[in-house]
Amino acid sequence: MKRLIFILLGVVFGIVMYKSETASWFRIFEMFNFQSFHMYGFIGSALVVGVVGIQIFKRTEMKSLEGKEMDLTPKAKSIPRYLIGGTFFGLGWALVGACPGPIFVLLGAGMFSIGIVIIGALVGTYLYGILRSKLPH
Amino acid sequence: MEALMGTWPWYVGGPLIALIMLALLWIGRSFGFSSNFRTICSAVGAGKSCEFFRFDWKSQSWNLLFLVGAIIGGYIAAHYLSNNQIPPINEDTITELKSMGFASAGTAYSPTELFGEYSLRNVILLLVGGILIGFGTRYAGGCTSGHAISGLSNLQWPSLVAVIGFFIGGLLMVHVLFPLIF
Repeated sequence: MKRLIFILLGVVFGIVMYKSETASWFRIFEMFNFQSFHMYGFIGSALVVGVVGIQIFKRTEMKSLEGKEMDLTPKAKSIPRYLIGGTFFGLGWALVGACPGPIFVLLGAGMFSIGIVIIGALVGTYLYGILRSKLPH
Repeated sequence: MEALMGTWPWYVGGPLIALIMLALLWIGRSFGFSSNFRTICSAVGAGKSCEFFRFDWKSQSWNLLFLVGAIIGGYIAAHYLSNNQIPPINEDTITELKSMGFASAGTAYSPTELFGEYSLRNVILLLVGGILIGFGTRYAGGCTSGHAISGLSNLQWPSLVAVIGFFIGGLLMVHVLFPLIF
């Protein structure tokens, strides 16, 4: 049952990402050229709902379904890790025109060449694993 | 029905994604897509050669189910909820893209020049793009879902630093490197 919920949430995610075109290379290009409000509105409206929702969770000390604390652990504090890592990701995001979620949405939509990106992302993740101790964090 | 088949506006898509994030928190998980890459690496045995992949990847199998759902969602959206969906991007963007050699701008969901033909150049570009995404997301500890949506919603300044990084990288790619590549 619980497995089905994760799949269903993923299905809704996939449909929303495709239909609102956050999985479109053209939309990402347009965003980085500041030629449309679409992507900014998408992230901005998500944040309005997200911030309000999490504040409600926190202030009512709401527990998860299983009665445990929600996973709202603060992120480890650092600058180089997020700035350098983020820049690498941004380069890839703009080149491929899709972030990790939409990459798989596009695979489902039948754009099979995106499989090359998935292979690359696995290689990149593995490279990070190997180089991790040598990188500034 | 007509509205469902076209582009969903940002004020529909954005809030829905936030609700998915809140639902995952409520179920006792958290919204972060790129960690699936680490999970897959671990599942195929990367832990044998690298300590970073030695963890109980099965504890993350719920996120792999979410990934499977995302693939199914993409299939449903493209085949049953769209009729050749073409993003209505800015006319100036289309003109600019055409001058860069993207004749498919304004006529397709994704550029056929990059995704439609398996030329050596395209394979290299997509592979390099993927490597940057995999390396960068793990280095930064998250992608657009983990940082831009989850982290910022939880008012985490490290996530803001990451998102600033995303934009530094994206702007560099589009404005400095694209003129050299395309």
